[in-house]
Amino acid sequence: MSEIVKTVTKIIVGVIFIYGLYIIVHGHLTPGGGFAGGAVLAGAFVLLVLAYGSPETKLKSQKEYPAIFESLSLLAFLVLASIGIGLGIKVFFNNYLPKGIVGDLVSAGNIPLYNMAIGIEVAAAMFAIILALIIYKEEARE
Amino acid sequence: MEQLVPVFIILPLVSAFIIPVTGRFSQNFTRGLSSIVFLILTVLCVASIGLWDRGMIIYTVGGWKPVGDIPIGIDLIFDGFSAFILGIINFIALLSSFYSIGYIKKYTSENNFYTLLCLMIAGMNGVVLSGDLFNIYVFLEIASIASYALVAFGVEKEELEASFKYQVLGGLGSLIILIGVGLVYWITGTLNIADSSNLLITKFDNKFYIVTQILFIAGFGLKAAIVPFHTWLPDAHSSAPSPISSLLSGVLIKAVGIYVLIRLFFHMFDLTYEVSLLFTLLGVLSMIVGGILAIGQSDYKRLLAYSSISQVGYIITGVGLGMLIIATGGDGSIAALAIFGGLFHLLNHAIFKSLMFMTAGVVEHSTNLRDLRMLGGLSRKMPLTTNASFAGSMSISGLPPFSGFFSKLIIIIAAFQAQYYVVGAIAALMSIITLAYFLKFHKDTFLSKARSEVRQFLPVPVTMKVPLVILGILCVVLGVFLVPQMKEIFMDPAINVIIDTDQYSEIILNVNR
Repeated sequence: MSEIVKTVTKIIVGVIFIYGLYIIVHGHLTPGGGFAGGAVLAGAFVLLVLAYGSPETKLKSQKEYPAIFESLSLLAFLVLASIGIGLGIKVFFNNYLPKGIVGDLVSAGNIPLYNMAIGIEVAAAMFAIILALIIYKEEARE
Repeated sequence: MEQLVPVFIILPLVSAFIIPVTGRFSQNFTRGLSSIVFLILTVLCVASIGLWDRGMIIYTVGGWKPVGDIPIGIDLIFDGFSAFILGIINFIALLSSFYSIGYIKKYTSENNFYTLLCLMIAGMNGVVLSGDLFNIYVFLEIASIASYALVAFGVEKEELEASFKYQVLGGLGSLIILIGVGLVYWITGTLNIADSSNLLITKFDNKFYIVTQILFIAGFGLKAAIVPFHTWLPDAHSSAPSPISSLLSGVLIKAVGIYVLIRLFFHMFDLTYEVSLLFTLLGVLSMIVGGILAIGQSDYKRLLAYSSISQVGYIITGVGLGMLIIATGGDGSIAALAIFGGLFHLLNHAIFKSLMFMTAGVVEHSTNLRDLRMLGGLSRKMPLTTNASFAGSMSISGLPPFSGFFSKLIIIIAAFQAQYYVVGAIAALMSIITLAYFLKFHKDTFLSKARSEVRQFLPVPVTMKVPLVILGILCVVLGVFLVPQMKEIFMDPAINVIIDTDQYSEIILNVNR
């Protein structure tokens, strides 16, 4: 891509990334949440790849990481939910953390944590899909 | 036991997500993990069937209390019927994953295989446990999408084509189910099966009622491969790797198809004569069409796949007869007998069809051939496989000492007692046709003279032989469930849950109030 695209991407990618994080963290307060925010995060990664091309970002050597992050975030989600079996009213998916005041950033017990796990999972999964397509295209060219 | 209900969903999911992480460091851990998980779940299931007080466990996920009599949380329902199906799912999954240890080494990405397998089982367990319509849909999609990927696991031309066909038809089925769920939610304003059953009966609107019923029959019928919806099954089940074929044919079509159909039509809708008749007709049709199509097959696994359609027809016929008898107000004990026949055949079919697909895997692994016209004379080289396959095929055909005979006999007796003579006669006739094509198959593969096409005999790993032995023995001894004491422990809780059509929603609503 041209220098203009690269420079604009460099400026804008951080903003997009922070916006994605914002949507994830405010998932229990505003529209959006883990899935939408994760998609925005993945969008930031994809924009970088599109602007700089895959050789410069060394994609092929890093194709394992999205899968690991995906599994780890899902495991974290499951562990968070399973801890509920041992605490409070002792059921799966029990919301055992203090609920706080409605409208505060730190409130709603477990929900923000679930949102973060889902955000990481969705970002990793979407990025993995794009990676698979890019790597497939490179291999087809060779 | 009550605290252990969500374990059926948690454990397979956890192992599914641990495998991609640990698979990088230790292959052996990955290979063993899924077998260990399913062993734990099988033991849990059998223990719960043997020990527990025959009640219904209602587990409210998240501990959500109902708001104004509407249950808003998701219930997991663990009763006799779901325990029965869960036991079958996890037992076959245990044997399949153990079998895979030896079988799947020839493929490149083992980790992905075990991850997808665990996801598929988690989806099935979820469908069986769920007491919530939309939750059933979600878990159904988990199981289906994992199975699409597993069918295409060999990534050859045939497998991709089969997987694509399966995805298109499976997606259509899921869409139809989703529309049905949406309609139920529209009429009743609730997704809980028990609650919507209650509301559907009081706010009976005939047109909606029939449309939703038809949508559910079409959607879950597609998943169960009942005859007008069966076209995806022969391709998908014959292209998948053998342990997966045995799971798809032995368990998946029952857990996400037949189980949900029985659950919804006995416990959510009122049984009507028309729907019961439709069920029986579809069952008889599957029985005939699957059996006749199987005769001409020359591919090892395609023959087994077509025979699956035919045997699923038997199960649906048995259950459909039970519905007909209840709907027309007939003798309850005959209805119980017909449903016992259906469920017993479901169990038997899970056992012998997974055995047959596993023997297919052994033959393919050893000789690299699947065409019946090229195979021959394997009995000398593979005595164990030959005997296992013989037990399986005779059990499917319904010869007396084997378990398949008893379940078919019960269905036929129930049909005659309820005076549906044609159904009984067709069931008996199709059993003879089944015997014909399985004898032909057995002769072609194992007994006739060795042919020149069979060039190689690779050694078969022990992990692939053990499941064959276990399943082969089960094919012979499962007839023991006819003994009243055994029937009382293992089958009666499931049958009683199905027969008492009103009790299901009553108990759940009482707990939720």
